[in-house]
Amino acid sequence: MYKILKAEKLAEKIFLMDVEAPRVAKACQPGEFVIVKMDEKGERIPLTICDFNREKGTVTIVFQIVGASTYRMAELKAGDGFQDFVGPLGQPSEFVKEDLEEVKGRRYLFVAGGVGTAPVYPQVKWMKEHGIAVDVIVGAKNKELLILEDMMREVAGNLYITTDDGSYERKGMVTEVIQDLVENQGNHYDVCVAIGPMIMMKFVCKLTKELNLPTIVSMNPVMVDGTGMCGACRLTVGDEVKFACVDGPEFDGHLVNFDEAMKRQQMYKTEEGRAMLKAVEGDTHHGGCGNCN
Amino acid sequence: MDVLKKIPVREQDAKVRATNFEEVCYGYNQEEAMEEAARCINCKNAKCINGCPVSINIPGFIKEVKEGNFEEAANVIAESSALPAVCGRVCPQESQCEGQCIRGIKGEPVSIGKLERFVADWSREHGFVPKAAEVKLGKKVAVVGSGPAGLTCAGDLAKMGYEVTIFEALHEPGGVLTYGIPEFRLPKESVVQTEIENVRKLGVRIETDVIIGKSVTIDELMDEEGYEAVFIGSGAGLPKFMGIPGENANGVFSANEYLTRNNLMKAFREDYDTPIVAGKKVAVVGGGNVAMDAARTALRLGAEVHIVYRRSEAELPARVEEVHHAQQEGVIFNLLTNPVEILTDENDWVKGIKVRKMELGEPDASGRRRPVEIDGSDYVMEVDTVIMSLGTSPNPLISSTTEGLETNKRQCIVAEPENGQTSRPGVFAGGDAVTGAATVILAMEAGKHGAKGIHEYLSQK
Repeated sequence: MYKILKAEKLAEKIFLMDVEAPRVAKACQPGEFVIVKMDEKGERIPLTICDFNREKGTVTIVFQIVGASTYRMAELKAGDGFQDFVGPLGQPSEFVKEDLEEVKGRRYLFVAGGVGTAPVYPQVKWMKEHGIAVDVIVGAKNKELLILEDMMREVAGNLYITTDDGSYERKGMVTEVIQDLVENQGNHYDVCVAIGPMIMMKFVCKLTKELNLPTIVSMNPVMVDGTGMCGACRLTVGDEVKFACVDGPEFDGHLVNFDEAMKRQQMYKTEEGRAMLKAVEGDTHHGGCGNCN
Repeated sequence: MDVLKKIPVREQDAKVRATNFEEVCYGYNQEEAMEEAARCINCKNAKCINGCPVSINIPGFIKEVKEGNFEEAANVIAESSALPAVCGRVCPQESQCEGQCIRGIKGEPVSIGKLERFVADWSREHGFVPKAAEVKLGKKVAVVGSGPAGLTCAGDLAKMGYEVTIFEALHEPGGVLTYGIPEFRLPKESVVQTEIENVRKLGVRIETDVIIGKSVTIDELMDEEGYEAVFIGSGAGLPKFMGIPGENANGVFSANEYLTRNNLMKAFREDYDTPIVAGKKVAVVGGGNVAMDAARTALRLGAEVHIVYRRSEAELPARVEEVHHAQQEGVIFNLLTNPVEILTDENDWVKGIKVRKMELGEPDASGRRRPVEIDGSDYVMEVDTVIMSLGTSPNPLISSTTEGLETNKRQCIVAEPENGQTSRPGVFAGGDAVTGAATVILAMEAGKHGAKGIHEYLSQK
């Protein structure tokens, strides 16, 4: 049992939890992820690591309700626990392994969309801890769905916030901010790190390809074990088939086949939707999900 | 009674079992077991023992069964094996103990596997508990992986008095016994969990959710956590794909994924959250035991199932018993047939599989006749799901994070067969992580050898 020390609702359907997991907290690095399983009957859910505290032995996760298991997870409170919490999984971000002087010599642009703000945070924090100021763009649908603003402001060099509906700060998509920074303000970047919904990452990559700006994305496909065993998370990157869980989750965004990845993500939509309706409606569920009468 | 024939074993009717996940084979009852045991002629020079990778005293335990001393029979088996209920079900006895049985020269061999299973099931039902070591040596050993190699190695070391911890990456112990082999062949709660519980009763601690190489490295275990030796039994878990067009389409799965969803995550049960795409018409590519398991699982989930295999029935690597069971249940075999492309609809879902007919040519390196393509023989099988069951290879997570641990070009860890010693002092390995995908019992044999190697190493230290 992995104890939840803090549980907080960040926005509609988005939750933050601090979980006691000393082995993970000791070993994890920016870019890696964990798999949590709520109880005996829950799914194994891959979640990016938002923060960690090695002394306290805690790991911070942020998740959005997308299926039956996350719906049930959202009801957990401080003092409750997860049956399983395993990690760190995947490869750390490239800059963690590179020569620090080389990293310091580059200008980084981080682009976060929605819940993708959570995995961007530890990377920006790592940069700050190593004396590197980076530009960060955070995009959200509206003001209510913007998360981790204060935390991000503390670690970012310049922070640019944009909302789809203009309810807070800039109005428009993250791609419009990138364009503005590069084309109007004449900023030069060596590396862009974009993490968010697949559709956002796809369009960021389309733009940065034109801008000739190398871009790293973090992929979040369907997974089961997270250790390379099942192959559910396979992606086409360039000419190769890669497993997001062990080869990634971060890849060269200009080589990722996003269309295939997005279609693969749809695979369980019906099955998951079904399980979720059942969780909400219990025995009273009779039809409405499109699968039963 | 015809003494040349085995006492037949009762099974669930093929039509009924094709729709449920209950165990196929019921096993012997006491009378049947004693009657079958009486067929053993108790050879002085018992060849069956040589056929058993863990050298169970087979005539010894069968003699006790014949006389109705089932607890004594369990004790005889426990001297050599920690997982008899598993082995009695999934060992390829026909090519091991039973393959050597003198009775088999003129008639059918003694049904050693079913007798082993009977003894193991009897002891479980009667609460037989293996004895823990009386001496404690005060030395810590880590075992990586809780599959058959790890459980056997840990059990043997615990019996010698070592303080053993098994580290398991998944949330349930058992390795392939838990995620790979389906419920209808190896019941999880009654058989697998009980045998793991028995290993725990020997004093072995199991820590789940720890990925060696990620959560903690082998070096950290030895330098910081006080483990004096490590046994790596991490198996061969990485699935292979064919590399044909369309393989990333929706509806194409590795057998590992399909079986893990169903066995480990219990997707077949309504009350578990994990989904599975059951499929209406499924093609399983491959002819091994894992292919049969995937095919029979898909069948039970309600699909029409085809095995697509490029050689003929004689070359099927699966056990004959598994092939028969699959055929009885209604799995259709498309032999001498090889996929060349997976066809998809506009949403990238599988709509068919283009296959090519094959014929058998000259024997290849494996001694089996090589399948040769027949030109112009392509045709399309309409299916909505494809399960790739082409074998697995070891996970590089441990070898890539352990300095100085030698591997071969197939990513298998290099280890001495007789004691499991690797290129790193104090680090031993065995099972599929060393040999590539093989059988439960061979992994158990490697676990035994590893335990012996670790004992010798730590005795000299």
